Amino acid sequence: MAESIAELIGRHPVLEGLSPEDVEQVAGCSHNIVAEMGEILFREGDPATTLYLIRRGQVSLEIHAPGREPLVIETVGDGSVVGWSWLFPPYRWTLTGRVTATLGAVAIDGSCLRGKADADRALGYVLMRRFAAIMLQRLLATRLRLLDLYGDGAGS
Amino acid sequence: MALAAEAGSEVRHPLTPLRYRVVGKRRETEDTVTLSLLPVDRPIALTRPGQFNMLTGFGVGEIAISISNDPAAEEPLEHTIRAVGAVSSALCQTPPEGVIGVRGPFGTDWGVAELSQTDTIVVAGGIGLAPLRGAIRALLERRRPSGKGHLLSVVVGARNPSQLLFEEEMLAWQRAGAHLQVTVDTARPGWSGPVGVVTDQLARVPADFSNAVALVCGPEVMIRYTARALVDLGMPRDHIRISLERNMQCGVGLCGHCQLGPWLTCRDGPVFTYDLRAEGILASPHR
Ligand code: FES
Repeated sequence: MAESIAELIGRHPVLEGLSPEDVEQVAGCSHNIVAEMGEILFREGDPATTLYLIRRGQVSLEIHAPGREPLVIETVGDGSVVGWSWLFPPYRWTLTGRVTATLGAVAIDGSCLRGKADADRALGYVLMRRFAAIMLQRLLATRLRLLDLYGDGAGS
Repeated sequence: MALAAEAGSEVRHPLTPLRYRVVGKRRETEDTVTLSLLPVDRPIALTRPGQFNMLTGFGVGEIAISISNDPAAEEPLEHTIRAVGAVSSALCQTPPEGVIGVRGPFGTDWGVAELSQTDTIVVAGGIGLAPLRGAIRALLERRRPSGKGHLLSVVVGARNPSQLLFEEEMLAWQRAGAHLQVTVDTARPGWSGPVGVVTDQLARVPADFSNAVALVCGPEVMIRYTARALVDLGMPRDHIRISLERNMQCGVGLCGHCQLGPWLTCRDGPVFTYDLRAEGILASPHR
């Protein structure tokens, strides 16, 4: 039997452990999606409406610059989450997300979730803690890359 | 005398190189080549994965380079060299049939002989895959009789796909049963693998971190953060082996050039256990 959206959300590593009531609230803003390799999930500059809980697959985050080939700066895969631009004005994507391995994800409507978080501050706090932890992890990873981890001749 | 050559009765001075001929040369990346070497006269002593040799570009100078194959196997000695200075560039430019000097082997090794009964996670950054290649081959060889055995996981990070070493061979390791994860810092569209730091890949390794052993090699900052991440995932410090690089001159504990805290890297390393002392030394700006 197919799992319900609430079950998928409740078992996703990012939202695991949320109370059944909170999971139901999030599920009310969510639907299941599948996207094939090569599909553009979102495009830089477009209105950002969605948060994706990735169940399986991979999304590449690309930066495009005129006259240059796009650059993939990060990939996000199984058990992670992609898309923060719906959280803060001006609600526009700052990167392009391209599916690089067939994607199964829960798509959460950003404005619906913001509305529920504003109405239920306890839910908002729980969600923000979860999202902030991931953002911190990504910030640390970005700092590590600023160190140019593989940059010197060590190991030869 | 322990440092004398084992082959023949002639006693060899540890600072005298033996002549080796380049019998094969493979370009790995834009600035990195692998030289296959056979002795002109007689060979150096048997080597173990993780050890290094001092290589001489005659008329240019000498540098320490890790052995990059499994020297126990019946094949030429291999060194993978990145051209970053005068000596390494000269070595990289040595033509097929050219002759270079080799003395060694020196230092501690990965200890692969003890790892046949344990899950092993190999983590390499950039050119750090070269000193681990021999260990990976030896570990896969040990798995071969049954085709099963303990997990061998290979996690590789590089700046971008063009800087990856041994790409074909990595696929062969995967076919032979290794669990392979390759990540790069940035890529062009078309790269289908992960993009991100190597430490982010560790949580995806399907191993019991409390019982597994890790072999880590790469630039020092990468080693530091990788070792910390492994400890955070539950690996005991003394299960983590790291390979450190210093400026080697004599290779035999005489000159002191390779000092790292209380250690001489050429003699006490290059492979160290990541204990609290090693962690402190790696984190210290004064060493
Ligand atoms: S290189 Fe001379 S003491 Fe280590």
